[in-house]
Amino acid sequence: MSTSKKRVPTRERAPEERNKDFYEVNLGYEKRDAMEEAERCLQCKNPLCVKGCPVSIDIPGFIAELKRDHISESAKILKTYNYLPAICGRVCPQENQCEGACILNRMKDNEPVSIGKLEKFVADWEREHKTLSVSVKEKKSKCVAVVGSGPSGLTCAAYLAERGYDCTIFEALHMAGGVLVYGIPEFRLPKSIVQDEIEAIKSLGVKIETDIIVGKTITIEELRDEFDAVFIGIGAGTPKMMGIPGSELIGIYSSSEFLTRINLMKSFKFPYFDTPVRTGKHVIVVGGGNVAMDAARSALRLGEADVKVIYRRTESEIPARIEEYHHAVEEGIEFHWLTNPVEYIGENGRLKAVKIQRMELGEPDASGRRRPVPIENAYEVFEADTVIEAIGQTPNKVLLETIPQLKLNRWGNIDADETLQTSMDGIFAGGDIVTGAATVIEAMGAGKLAAQSIIEHLEKRR
Amino acid sequence: MSYRIISKEKIASNEYDIWIHAPRIASHAKAGQFVILMADESGERIPLTIADTDKKEKIRIIYQVVGTSTERLARLEAGDSLSNCAGPLGKASEIPENEKALVIGGGVGIAAILTIVKTLKEKNNEVTCIIGSRDSEHIILRDELEAAADELLIYTDDGSLGNKGLVTDGMNRQFEEGKVFDAAWAVGPTVMMKFCAKVAREHDLLIWTSLNPIMIDGTGMCGGCRVKVGEEIKYACVDGPEFDGRIVDWDVLMNRQKQYLDEEKESHHRCKIGLDGAGEK
Repeated sequence: MSTSKKRVPTRERAPEERNKDFYEVNLGYEKRDAMEEAERCLQCKNPLCVKGCPVSIDIPGFIAELKRDHISESAKILKTYNYLPAICGRVCPQENQCEGACILNRMKDNEPVSIGKLEKFVADWEREHKTLSVSVKEKKSKCVAVVGSGPSGLTCAAYLAERGYDCTIFEALHMAGGVLVYGIPEFRLPKSIVQDEIEAIKSLGVKIETDIIVGKTITIEELRDEFDAVFIGIGAGTPKMMGIPGSELIGIYSSSEFLTRINLMKSFKFPYFDTPVRTGKHVIVVGGGNVAMDAARSALRLGEADVKVIYRRTESEIPARIEEYHHAVEEGIEFHWLTNPVEYIGENGRLKAVKIQRMELGEPDASGRRRPVPIENAYEVFEADTVIEAIGQTPNKVLLETIPQLKLNRWGNIDADETLQTSMDGIFAGGDIVTGAATVIEAMGAGKLAAQSIIEHLEKRR
Repeated sequence: MSYRIISKEKIASNEYDIWIHAPRIASHAKAGQFVILMADESGERIPLTIADTDKKEKIRIIYQVVGTSTERLARLEAGDSLSNCAGPLGKASEIPENEKALVIGGGVGIAAILTIVKTLKEKNNEVTCIIGSRDSEHIILRDELEAAADELLIYTDDGSLGNKGLVTDGMNRQFEEGKVFDAAWAVGPTVMMKFCAKVAREHDLLIWTSLNPIMIDGTGMCGGCRVKVGEEIKYACVDGPEFDGRIVDWDVLMNRQKQYLDEEKESHHRCKIGLDGAGEK
């Protein structure tokens, strides 16, 4: 079969159709297209893509099985490395990871293999056909408590359960999944897929208890008494806010609140679900990351408002996945570069407008990106009924306050060593609560590493 | 986990007193804390103060039907289960020892002062309690508070029970009589707490007020419940719910409580005519 230098495109819903509802944007590959794309993989002996993957998936391996039309085998390879492939295929920033490392990038006019979309295809095929049987090693006597049911906690628990350890996940909210459920919108990651992946993990014997706020409903000491080890994967749970004048006005949301209302509480189905959300006619989203894209595209889909994103640097510095940014542009979101809000202007307690300061790029800062510098007296006022601030997260203190003896780093995140052991014996931590806000796949990588360290810890104690 | 309603009693028009099976919450709850519960899966997460606990097995919640979510909660009877209940949330009340305390409750907020009064008494404080409501029917927990506090004063808007007037009249009377307190609490409608705080400020008395902004997760994750206290922005769910009422920005709180008035009306109307929720769409 002759192969193309360009990727086989996936099916995507038209922007003007999809920007009015919350159904999934990317419809993925048909089998024939997936097989054709798989042919583009050169099956490198020394695969760079695997090095680019935070959980080192055998990428040439799963693609080779797909080429042979052994999709079940392909899914098995994926699941060996990654308990949440249908999720990663959808939300990983592949352009910076596997696809960014693909050897085809170095060949003239070639596009990298569409690894993420192939992963999604194989994972979805397996979700539908359910060919893989659960294999759990002989039961061990040790048990592990996992705090938080986001990507790191789910991965840690699944890895341990598969090796025979008794695992219980404690989740503060009423649904398991963490950011996969309250943060990432339906149109990017349908919640039915998250539920399927969680069910698959439960089938390994993992127990999930919702409505448990560790530190409140049960203390960490009680967990240490009851369990042989504890993994803390509570994410970076508290929103940063601008804190500029007018922040208390009605109409100003943190992205966490806005997205939680929509994703977890299903306010896009109000009044069929009871929790409301409101955008008014003009929405401004502050920030340039994936969360800002999610908030902007969600606001647009509520159907009432025009949506602007304001970002203090330029297009080339945005941290968002390139696919999400392109989708946002296609769907009609306006981007205003080099702008930063300095004041919220209200009327009768409600937001009316945002005062914006123009910025320019100065010298590079610690992140290597050029620092945005305010231009004196360059202000502009944008009309706005709603502002959604998507400017990052800080560690949630609810649990940490109850364990003052646990060592934190200077950003307030948990201080863990390279094995993810914390300063307290038998307590491990990983994901955003250790690194600060990062990606789903990095959190999963941490969950897996912590699970390996926990096993070493438990077996050495014998 | 099943959060079974063990008993349910109607204690005033639109006010219910329920005990819920929730051993983990019951065994960790302290005065001043709250739970977030959901009557069913399509409902809102409703924050409600824990009114009492029993034998580390069950918690007591007293609520008033004010909208769709509480209306749907009221449809659940003894033997039914809540879909979710999480807690105890928030910081516990800062209970002193061997002091003189004034504790004020208004309307359904009277339910929230019972554990505060009881805990104050456990720590050997002298407790004067003032409760108020619109009429005698809405004076709840009278016998229990009478038994728990050293002194109980009752105020009703229409004079149908106790003194005619507002709880702030009761506060002023205490000061006129020359009473001195080391600390006070006030829990009730926001406007009541605002005026209690004003009286307390005039008499230089520390007054803890339990704030009830709109809230979703209750764990500091969303920032929706932010309130202005002094010059700082605080999250009521994790930094509170009790704050020094003398420095709370009451106008900001009252404004933010009105965020969804239109939606609440629409939803409650649909609920009353039986078109509500169940998440079918």
